[in-house]
Amino acid sequence: MYRVGVVPDIDASFLALPRQELAAAALQRARDLGATFAEFRLERIRSESISLRDSVLESAKDDEDLGLAVRVIHDGTWGFAAGVALTTDEAVILAEQAVNMAQVSRPINAETIELADEPTYDDVTWISSYEIDPFSVPRAEKVALLTDYSDRLLKAEGVAHMSVHVATIHECKYYANTAGTSYTQQRVRIGPDITAHAVAEDRFDSMSSTAPPAGRGWEYMTGTGWNWDEELAQIPAWLAEKMAAPTVEAGTYDVVIDPSNLWLTIHESIGHATELDRALGYEANYAGTSFATLDQLGTLKYGSPAMHVTGDRTAEHGLSTVGYDDEGVAGQQWDLVKDGILVGYQVDRRMAKKNEDVLGTPRSNGCAYADSSGHIPIQRMANVSLQPAPDGPSTEELISRVRNGIYIVGDKSWSIDMQRYNFQFTGQRFYKITDGKLEGQLRDVAYQATTTDFWGSMEAVGGPQTYVLGGALNCGKAEPGQSGAVSHGCPSALFRGVRILNTTQEAGR
Amino acid sequence: MTGIQLTPQDTIERGLALAAAEGADGCVVLVAETSSTNLRWANNTLTTNGAMRGSSVTVIATVGAGEGTAAGVIGRSSVTEDSLREIVSAAIATARAAGPAEDARPLVDGTTGADWDLEPEETTVGVFEKFAPSLGESLKRASAEARHLYGFANHEVVTLYVGSSTGLRLRQALPRGYVSSTGKNTDLSHSAWVGTATRDFTDVDPLALDAELTRRLGWANRTVSVDAGRHPTILPPAAVADLMTYLYWQLDGRDALEGRTVFSKAGGGTRLGEPLSSQPVNLHSDPALPGLEAFGFAVARSSGGSSSVFDNGLTLAATDWIRGGKLEHLMTSRYTAGLIDAPTATPDIENYVVSVDGATGSTDDLVAGLGNGLLLTCLWYIRMVDPQTLLLTGLTRDGVYLVENGEVTGAVNNFRFNESPVDLLSRFTTAGATVPSYSREWGDYFSRTATPPLLVPDFNMSSVSQAN
Repeated sequence: MYRVGVVPDIDASFLALPRQELAAAALQRARDLGATFAEFRLERIRSESISLRDSVLESAKDDEDLGLAVRVIHDGTWGFAAGVALTTDEAVILAEQAVNMAQVSRPINAETIELADEPTYDDVTWISSYEIDPFSVPRAEKVALLTDYSDRLLKAEGVAHMSVHVATIHECKYYANTAGTSYTQQRVRIGPDITAHAVAEDRFDSMSSTAPPAGRGWEYMTGTGWNWDEELAQIPAWLAEKMAAPTVEAGTYDVVIDPSNLWLTIHESIGHATELDRALGYEANYAGTSFATLDQLGTLKYGSPAMHVTGDRTAEHGLSTVGYDDEGVAGQQWDLVKDGILVGYQVDRRMAKKNEDVLGTPRSNGCAYADSSGHIPIQRMANVSLQPAPDGPSTEELISRVRNGIYIVGDKSWSIDMQRYNFQFTGQRFYKITDGKLEGQLRDVAYQATTTDFWGSMEAVGGPQTYVLGGALNCGKAEPGQSGAVSHGCPSALFRGVRILNTTQEAGR
Repeated sequence: MTGIQLTPQDTIERGLALAAAEGADGCVVLVAETSSTNLRWANNTLTTNGAMRGSSVTVIATVGAGEGTAAGVIGRSSVTEDSLREIVSAAIATARAAGPAEDARPLVDGTTGADWDLEPEETTVGVFEKFAPSLGESLKRASAEARHLYGFANHEVVTLYVGSSTGLRLRQALPRGYVSSTGKNTDLSHSAWVGTATRDFTDVDPLALDAELTRRLGWANRTVSVDAGRHPTILPPAAVADLMTYLYWQLDGRDALEGRTVFSKAGGGTRLGEPLSSQPVNLHSDPALPGLEAFGFAVARSSGGSSSVFDNGLTLAATDWIRGGKLEHLMTSRYTAGLIDAPTATPDIENYVVSVDGATGSTDDLVAGLGNGLLLTCLWYIRMVDPQTLLLTGLTRDGVYLVENGEVTGAVNNFRFNESPVDLLSRFTTAGATVPSYSREWGDYFSRTATPPLLVPDFNMSSVSQAN
């Protein structure tokens, strides 16, 4: 395991909640009412949001969401209920409501729900890898640090305004099911957003930190895992250069994409496309389906032979990293794309059981997640990551292979179609590459491609020295809508012949 | 934590009393009671369902800070009599540790509303009593006819209580529901979509929705490939809502003042008073709009460009954001209204109506008047490309149709678009009457909209999408 140093404990105030009693009451009532399977979750999610505007505290909010949920399989049909009162009476009522929900839904359910087998884990504990619980740091200390960061940029020439926002989350969960699994799990994550704004007579623009959200504690904001001093010192110059940059000439270019941008392309065009619930149509009315359908498993040429993509819920500091998922399945790692071929999906227990013959395994890979006690567990994204070449090149070496191209850094705008074919992304910085060398920034740049064409054009991936774990706190999916946090690691990579748009021309200007 | 649950009114009264006893200069307590129920289906069978209840309490304590006032905000769910004391103490401690808030204003004065004593309203799975059997019938019919249905029906009721140390006692309960349904043909090569907002599901007929999906899937019996480019395009009310909701969310007054949005004036200031369009276009909000009722008072759990925790309970008045094509108001709190020299605060309101003076007719009428072009169903995955022009990108989804000589003659491929809704307000050539609409992209969060269909002569389809 990756754990080093001091391992935090499960928060004592969460352990003080009557989690086993509530679970026992709910699960017993579900059994008494004829449920063939039932699971119970007690979740407490603390979140803090601090926003500064021009170095002045604009907003600071401390929230806690605490509640319990029961899900049952009754007469082959799901039923779910959630509430907020932490009493055994409420737990019993929720079990009854869940069974009632299953009974009401039975006439419109054409599929008998069965779950893939999973070993049981009896009263186990798991804690994510972090050093400093953000909620143990005084608010004033956090605001002072963020004010300092903001001041450094606001005082720089050319910076008209500053925005600083930091979100921190501390999630405690207790899970138990009628098969005998029970666990207590604690995860911490943090997401900073620091943006400098410039305003000129004829235009305005911005430059954001490329620091990704991470499964880390407050130590992240003070320099563990990110070099703030170095990046903050450069942002004003990057912004000034962008304001003075020439507009891009639309056309076809070779591009080297930095991990700070490529993670989002991976998220949209691989992460979501290899979710089996999408491939099976469960998200057809909302988040969309996938071109990577189940009948193409093992044959679909997703990209070039340099493409090796894994799914995992085990990466240290990964936002989707867990000990156990919301169906009691232990965290795992597996291949999604190997040598450019689709070889795997992200699944939950229901999908794993129903499709075990095609998937070639009878076990779920542990991708069930609900974003709170008030929501139903669905298949959510693992950390989906593009693997580096073991002895691969540096970013500079990749750039040196390009005669006429663009080097893309940082994420900004993103959009992809309902089957994950057609995407368009922008970024924070776009550098012109001429004869293997960077020639300064361009502006008004977007890149647009079809997923398999794009990944098929990937000539090379960088080595481990270029690998960065990016990610997002707020991936949306499902009805009712749920928000998920997920990381994507990747190296720098070189793509040939990518369509580059001029966004000003796209606007008809 | 397992102590006595309080009523919303008791939570507020005790919270305010605790805050006063602990020395807070002012306090606002918000209680939100929510209940919801939903059904979700795919591949002609139920996939998930649920009945959920939620309860949250937000305490905003204010204390003197030098020559100003500081605020502390703490939000919690599952609040009991015991934990309320901890929350109030934490809010006061947070305020005392903070500096003066730039948006500090006297808390809003008020009196006790007539419905203050009423309990929270609830919804149950019973709201689907007629809908669910009919849905089951439509799923069976679709299976028998080798079509595939996917969809979601949701109903929720939010009851808000706001109490303050300045005498405010407000309560409002709002139901909100919607259904969104996608149909696919036998080989999944074409899809269609319908969606509608509802307050109670008595006006939603799954069989009628399925019939409309079947009609639209029938249009795909003839398929035509159309290249990317600028095409005459009819945007039905749902697609207009997809774009205009994004525009609505960009009306932040402070962002405009600081040169961050399409509503910023070149060289400084805002575009208030400027014409955005030469056409008689209006964008209007009113919490009392029949059928689109929204909360009639400001609710802010955090401060921002157009909101302030000090403004909780502020009465929301009908507001013209755009009138006759001219930008009339931007969203502001009392504090940010001062920054942009607006006479009064105009916080955001959870509904809007887009209208064009004198416009009549339906989407079908626009189709009948179009010689050759495209008819959209809805737009999806809309994201900002350039805030300077409010250039948005996104995709057409679940049905793009070819119009020839005033009739729908087939289905065409999907597209990626790059367009600005602000520009579209000037470029449309024909508008229909405004009708209640349900945005495919944003309707699950923001469903109280009314919009007209629009014909845009040169809608920018940037590339073809293979999605179907």
